[in-house]
Amino acid sequence: MKTKYSIFLLISSISILLSFISCKKDPKEPANTNGSTTGSNTGKLILSFEAMYGDSALSFNNKWYVTNNGDSIKISTFKYYISNITLIKTDNSTHNVPESYILVNHNASGSIASFTINNVPVGQYKGIKMLIGVDSARNVSGAQTGALDPAHGMFWSWSTGYIMLKLEGISPQSGASTKDFKFHIGGFSGPNSVLKWVIPSFNSATANVSSSMTPEIHFKTDVSEILKTPNNINLSTTYNVVMPGTPAKIIADNYADMITVEHIHN
Amino acid sequence: MKLFGFITGIIIFITACKVEPEIKPALPSDNIRVVVPSGWPTPYYNFENNSLTKEGFILGRQLFYETALSRDNSVSCGTCHQHFAAFANAGHSLSHGVDGQFGNRNAPPLFNLNWHPAFMWDGGINHIEVQPIAPITNPAEMDETLDNVVFKLKQKEIYKKLFKDAFGDETINTQRILKALAQFMGAMYSYQSKYDMVKLGKAQLSISEQRGYNLFLQKCSSCHTEPLFTDFSYRNQGLSVNPALQDSGRMRITGDPNDRNKFKVPSLRNVAVTSPYMHDGRFETLQQVLEHYNSGIVQSPTLDTLLQNGIPLTEDEKQDIINFLYTLTDYEFLYDKKFDDPNQ
Repeated sequence: MKTKYSIFLLISSISILLSFISCKKDPKEPANTNGSTTGSNTGKLILSFEAMYGDSALSFNNKWYVTNNGDSIKISTFKYYISNITLIKTDNSTHNVPESYILVNHNASGSIASFTINNVPVGQYKGIKMLIGVDSARNVSGAQTGALDPAHGMFWSWSTGYIMLKLEGISPQSGASTKDFKFHIGGFSGPNSVLKWVIPSFNSATANVSSSMTPEIHFKTDVSEILKTPNNINLSTTYNVVMPGTPAKIIADNYADMITVEHIHN
Repeated sequence: MKLFGFITGIIIFITACKVEPEIKPALPSDNIRVVVPSGWPTPYYNFENNSLTKEGFILGRQLFYETALSRDNSVSCGTCHQHFAAFANAGHSLSHGVDGQFGNRNAPPLFNLNWHPAFMWDGGINHIEVQPIAPITNPAEMDETLDNVVFKLKQKEIYKKLFKDAFGDETINTQRILKALAQFMGAMYSYQSKYDMVKLGKAQLSISEQRGYNLFLQKCSSCHTEPLFTDFSYRNQGLSVNPALQDSGRMRITGDPNDRNKFKVPSLRNVAVTSPYMHDGRFETLQQVLEHYNSGIVQSPTLDTLLQNGIPLTEDEKQDIINFLYTLTDYEFLYDKKFDDPNQ
């Protein structure tokens, strides 16, 4: 009886062990981490983008605006990439935010698009440097995910590259028979590059990051600038810019100054 | 003791593996591997950030033959890229998309893609992983959105296991779909033709094949460069412009009038099985292709300088060249069952 019991126990144990082992699978890829660690010497920072037309919050689809050229427009789509964010401290040291790719999609009237940056070293920040668009490296490195997922409609399928900024709407003055306009601005290499580094001024204010305080930098993004300076855009002749080239660069030169800091909450 | 046995039984029952769908055909792991044949240049893509695994390959294969990638679930990658035709579309000058629409170019064969600096006849796509977005979203091809592809795949039980096996968890997203497809397509190596065996000293060309090879070296190899049998440049080879298609080729991408009517030089490997030929599939036979170079060159401002006077060839020379081109057929690749539709 005793022997029988031992054999039974042995077999049972082996079966249990086997059933565990046979189910074990090693993941092929480690879980997603951005390689950063959270500690008491870091905090968070919020970047908020508010779409404007001149001095008023941008309305989608239901409000007419007049451009610098005197064209009447309604806006239906406005989105753009911000990437490669660097935060500048008052002592001039910098913090490069890893994997900082943001798709700012202003999809509703009066909405503010907010993004939280984690793991920011504690300190006083006096400035920010960022890229409007997606750096050339990520345009040539295959399938991306997150904000850079090509499913977001900001990626050209037939001629590889990200659409850095997309502005669409209608205008009675448009040269298109459909009376609309489409600006899909992109181009990442050589003379076709539309990448714009911007350093919007904090106007002597600071963003004070601590483990308990999460400051918010509130940006205004002014659509009217895209059609204004330095290049006046006449929608009767420029209404469909959907590939890299000189017309895209002209519009990118315009939007290089569309983002300003409205205020900073501490 | 009875109680112990009962509990043990329950534990075994609980911990036993769930029955999972069988993936066919089963593959030995060593059958899926990175290949760089000796004497070949360094590939542009060698599975960086996308390690080639058996599980990734199997998922990529399932996706390659997945009709849910098209809007009406009627067309898969494999519809226009057929294994027996070295993944070209046999007998179709232009391929059918959803609703019986036609694209405007000939579906190219797929092999040795890791050596391509750019994809498509016009070189518009710069990376193997993002290439499939073009046919999936093109209204005349699969006419589907990436979001909806992800949505549809999530409804299919088989992909839970396949994505988990390949990537560690069941998450399905665009990036994983594209990386798996790149594993399957990147593993399509063709380097075991008779020509390759000759180069390794394991076979000999016939007298006619050898004459053809000599002629090839004199008259063809400046563009169809060994060992890949293309230099991946874009050239205008003197084809008349099809008025129905008005395809400006490389110029569509660069906007440069100097690129008008230029198309990527295709590899000649497996050319015997990839009819019809040229970017619009206008020629059905290699005889017709060679006759074009012999007598059919159309002059235009961007005509390749090497083709200003055509390539004069006698009937015997054409036959010798064709006999040589037949030695570029890789039956190991064409008959390798691991590339076949797992659902059939």
